Amino acid sequence: MSAEFDTAETLDVKGASCPMPVLKTKSATDGLDPGDILEVLATDSGSMSDIDGWASGTGGVELVDQIEDGDVYRHYIRKTE
Amino acid sequence: MSTDTSDASIDDAPSRAELAARIEDLEESLGATTEDDTKKMSIIATKGTLDMAYPPLILASTAAAFGYDVTVFHTFWGLEILHEERSKDLKLSSVGNPNMPVPNVVAAIPGMDRVTTKMMERRIDDNDTASIAELIETSLDMGVEFQACQMTIELMEYDEDDFYDEVTTGVGAATALQEMADADIQLLV
Repeated sequence: MSAEFDTAETLDVKGASCPMPVLKTKSATDGLDPGDILEVLATDSGSMSDIDGWASGTGGVELVDQIEDGDVYRHYIRKTE
Repeated sequence: MSTDTSDASIDDAPSRAELAARIEDLEESLGATTEDDTKKMSIIATKGTLDMAYPPLILASTAAAFGYDVTVFHTFWGLEILHEERSKDLKLSSVGNPNMPVPNVVAAIPGMDRVTTKMMERRIDDNDTASIAELIETSLDMGVEFQACQMTIELMEYDEDDFYDEVTTGVGAATALQEMADADIQLLV
C-alpha cells in the first residue's frame, strides 16, 4: 500500500517494542522541518495507541493518519512547528 | 477608603487610565506564571532487580519524548541501574515471585537466580525489548537527569566514577523533595 501522503522521511521500527517506537519517532521528528510528514512503520500493536497518545500530548507534532496494513502499523505524523 | 453611599463610590472609582494600567499589570503577572508550561516528572527509583529497572526507565524516556523535564532520583538498590558495570548485569529474583515458572522451594536453590535471569534476558532479546543500557543511553540523549543519592553511594561504598558520566551525584532527600514539589507527576518505583 503506498501512502497517500507526501512523506519527507520513513522510520522503520518494525520488531521494536515499547517504548522504542515512540522514542525513535520523537527523535526522527526532531530532524524534520515544519510541514514535513514522517512515516513510521511498526509491528508493535501498542504503537497505535502509544503514537496517538504521544502525538496528542506533545507540542509541535500532529497525527495525520494511522493505517493497519497486515502486520505493519503505518503512522503519519506532521511536524507543525 | 470606600463608603457605602453610591455618590462617594463614584468619586472613588478608579479612572480609565488607572484601570488600563491595572489590566496591564495583571496581564504581565499572568504572563509570568504561564510562561514556563513545560511539564515536569519526578521519579524515585528504589529497586535494582532486572524487572524493576524497566518501569522508571521506560516512563522517564517516554516522558522526555513528550517534552517533559524528567528527573530520576536513584536511592538504595535503585543505584544499581546507574552503576555502569552493574547495570549490565542486573538480576531477577524468582524467590517470592508467584508469577515465575518455578516454585519457591526450587527458586531458593543456589544458582536459580542466575537461571531465571538468563531466561528473562533471552526473552527480552527474542522480543526485541530494549536493554537496560539502551534505555539509559536513550534517556540521557533525550535529556533525562539521573541523580544518585549521596547517602546510598557512601552506604554501598561506591565511587562516583562507577556511575554513568552524566549522572548527578552529591544530592539527597531535600533535592528529591524539591523536584517532587515542582513536578506535575511524582512516582516512587
